[in-house]
Amino acid sequence: MAAPRDSQSTRSPEPMAAVAASAAGAGTRAPAALALRVVAECGRSKARACELRLPHGTVATPVFMPVGTQGTMKGVTAAQLDSLGCTICLGNTYHLGMRPGPELIQKAGGLHGFMNWNQNLLTDSGGFQMVSLLALSEVTEEGVRFRSPYDGTEILLSPEKSVEIQNALGSDIMMQLDDVVSSTLTGSRVEEAMHRSIRWLDRCISANRRPDRQNLFAIIQGGLDPVLRSKCLEEMTKRDVPGFAIGGLSGGESKEQFWKMVTLSTDRLPREKPRYLMGVGYATDLVVCVALGCDMFDCVFPTRTARFGSALVPTGNLQLKKKQFAKDFRPIDEACTCPTCQRHTRAFLHALLHSNNTTALHHVTVHNIAYQLQLMDAIRTSIVEHRFPDFVRDFMKTMYGELRRCPAWAMEALESVGIPLN
Amino acid sequence: MKLSLFKVAQGCRLGTLNNLGRKGDRTMEFPGCLLYTRTGSAPHLTHDTLRVISRVPVMTQLTLSSLAEHCEVLEEYKEGIGKFIGMPESMFYCSLHDPVNPCPAGYVTNKSVSVWGVGGRLEMTAAKFMSVQQALQPDWFQCLSDGEALCGEVFSTKRARKSVDRSLAFLDECLKLQEQSEVLRNCVMIGVIEGGDTLEERLRSARETAKRPVGGFLLDGFHGDAMTKETRLQLISSVTAELPEDKPRLICGIGQPDEVLECIEAGVDLFESFFPYQVTERGCALSFSFDYQPNPEDTVLQQNGEKEEGEIGDHIDKVTTTKRVPETSFEINLKEKKYCDDFGPVVEGCSCYCCKNHSRAYVHHLLVTNELLAGVLLMIHNFQHYFGFFYAIREALRKDRLGQLKKLVCRQAS
Repeated sequence: MAAPRDSQSTRSPEPMAAVAASAAGAGTRAPAALALRVVAECGRSKARACELRLPHGTVATPVFMPVGTQGTMKGVTAAQLDSLGCTICLGNTYHLGMRPGPELIQKAGGLHGFMNWNQNLLTDSGGFQMVSLLALSEVTEEGVRFRSPYDGTEILLSPEKSVEIQNALGSDIMMQLDDVVSSTLTGSRVEEAMHRSIRWLDRCISANRRPDRQNLFAIIQGGLDPVLRSKCLEEMTKRDVPGFAIGGLSGGESKEQFWKMVTLSTDRLPREKPRYLMGVGYATDLVVCVALGCDMFDCVFPTRTARFGSALVPTGNLQLKKKQFAKDFRPIDEACTCPTCQRHTRAFLHALLHSNNTTALHHVTVHNIAYQLQLMDAIRTSIVEHRFPDFVRDFMKTMYGELRRCPAWAMEALESVGIPLN
Repeated sequence: MKLSLFKVAQGCRLGTLNNLGRKGDRTMEFPGCLLYTRTGSAPHLTHDTLRVISRVPVMTQLTLSSLAEHCEVLEEYKEGIGKFIGMPESMFYCSLHDPVNPCPAGYVTNKSVSVWGVGGRLEMTAAKFMSVQQALQPDWFQCLSDGEALCGEVFSTKRARKSVDRSLAFLDECLKLQEQSEVLRNCVMIGVIEGGDTLEERLRSARETAKRPVGGFLLDGFHGDAMTKETRLQLISSVTAELPEDKPRLICGIGQPDEVLECIEAGVDLFESFFPYQVTERGCALSFSFDYQPNPEDTVLQQNGEKEEGEIGDHIDKVTTTKRVPETSFEINLKEKKYCDDFGPVVEGCSCYCCKNHSRAYVHHLLVTNELLAGVLLMIHNFQHYFGFFYAIREALRKDRLGQLKKLVCRQAS
């Protein structure tokens, strides 16, 4: 099933030669499977709008990538995801590696064939899930050792194994296996993890059997320590990888520490390669981190919160199950163009959310994905039209009522890149 | 509404209902089914996913039990249930109960019938019932009725008689209320035939209900296993013989393909489509064939295929996996291990979105990992398969081939 049966995308993927040729033509020395073109840069902040060419089509950045953990975007079909304008989404190596397993997915024509998604896919390494989901996992130089929660067998996820699974999944972007430690951890373990991640990066690069079709991204670690993070940046940028992720953040750390590590990282990452900030998805965080120079984001939050009946809006969110919406005959958001807002009222969604018909969840999921994608689109347009700073101010005003109510960390971060909020 | 009967063959009626809907310009073919919904939405499906299904019925079934508690909201909304649920283009039939969730018996009195919503029991007097219908503004609605003749431990003629008496009383009261409301005068009342398993009472119910100015008839209380199949079909035939030819006959609680065909032969026109939903909920896909005119070249393959289905290995699978819900022989259980690496479509030759875009292996994976998309894809397939079945029934009737279709379907019944 390598070839899609019914093409849901009107875009046909660029043949590899063309990607490489155009990359060469743009004057950047980029690997064949990825080419980044900077379309516009904000005059003040580090925000930029780019075109990211991948094996399964072009992605406009900044981009938010919805997370389809087990090879499905929850109750949303591939066709619906396509019509929402999604061009890249995530699958989880850990989950899919367990069920149904890489051999089966390979037989199905890779993850693209298995879920019949003909646009881009990004897979993570499995490392984060193992450390966060499993009570007993042990990290050694070899890899991460753990017990399968399904049948108790002992498994070792090494850099080589992770890449092997991701090669079978056939994702357009794959992540190195990194030694993940909690962002609130301090001390020598953080340093050890940073150095090990560099060594694991090299092992992952060697293990990639398909560098011409699958892009292996490095993940910058170093916790909240600027010295460690700088060291990691220095080392990892010496490697010829098509893109970099900023990892080890978006855990329990304070937002103050968070943004400082993000901006430090983007300062030292090459301009002409994409910067992927992992695990970030709250609207405010997205806007600020675009200003700090990030291009790609992923987060389970929008789709997860949807299944609890929480709809994302420019002023925050609406808990649609609450009584106050029972007779509210407006759509979730008057300005939203998603299918849910075009056809349904808050009142209907409220009623449906109190039934056991899963359709209610799908309506909100569709809207929340649309909200995220529309937000990124608006951000991008404002960068291209050289009015990103004004966009940021309008966004914050809408979200917080007035500019001075914007959280302190966000104000500082924006100020640091030339977008003062007052 | 005007009913046009094209033909009657072996008891089966083929025809159309014309001049339906607000503007009187819609048509519905019968035998046919209505689109099953839960709280005003097709199960698992948004407008976009419902839209990809072929032959979605023009009339949607709503259940009063799921919507009555939203009466106040609908009264304030004013624009009727169709617009509220985001289906302004559909026509609506409002039934009293949900065929899938039987409500506890014992809550029918001379004055009221209770329905169960999410928030609990709602007592429907005729007045309350009609005010809810006024807020819903459906095209058709089942009249308030006593369907519990066969719900007790002992079936008595006394209880059967009561169900008829009460239902007629409710009918007369509701008709009076309907006359007083301009909104409700635009809705068609469907009279309900009760009477349990007693022929005398069933006939009385049919004759008396037919005397009233109802737009159609619902044959209630024939579902479940309170009666034998023979009794059920005899009673249904006797009832429909008493009903005017020019008004539609609906039946509730009947969904299995073989039973549908039997009821059509007994003079029933319209059915619900809850059965594909039940199949979906147990992780199964409708797979029965209604292609009684296969390509001669395929016939050999099909015969071999059918043989394979009946092999010992299959049977063992069915026996050893613990089954908590009754599966029929009209479906395959995609949770079965053997489908984990089956990359063919759910049903070969099916043109639904699920079969055109996904494999059995993928749906199996979704079921095993408890993913929401499983329900979406299976519902799409199961609805399309079921609506295709009804289309095949009409075509077979048109071409005088219903006998062949019936033989094929019954061969697949366990």
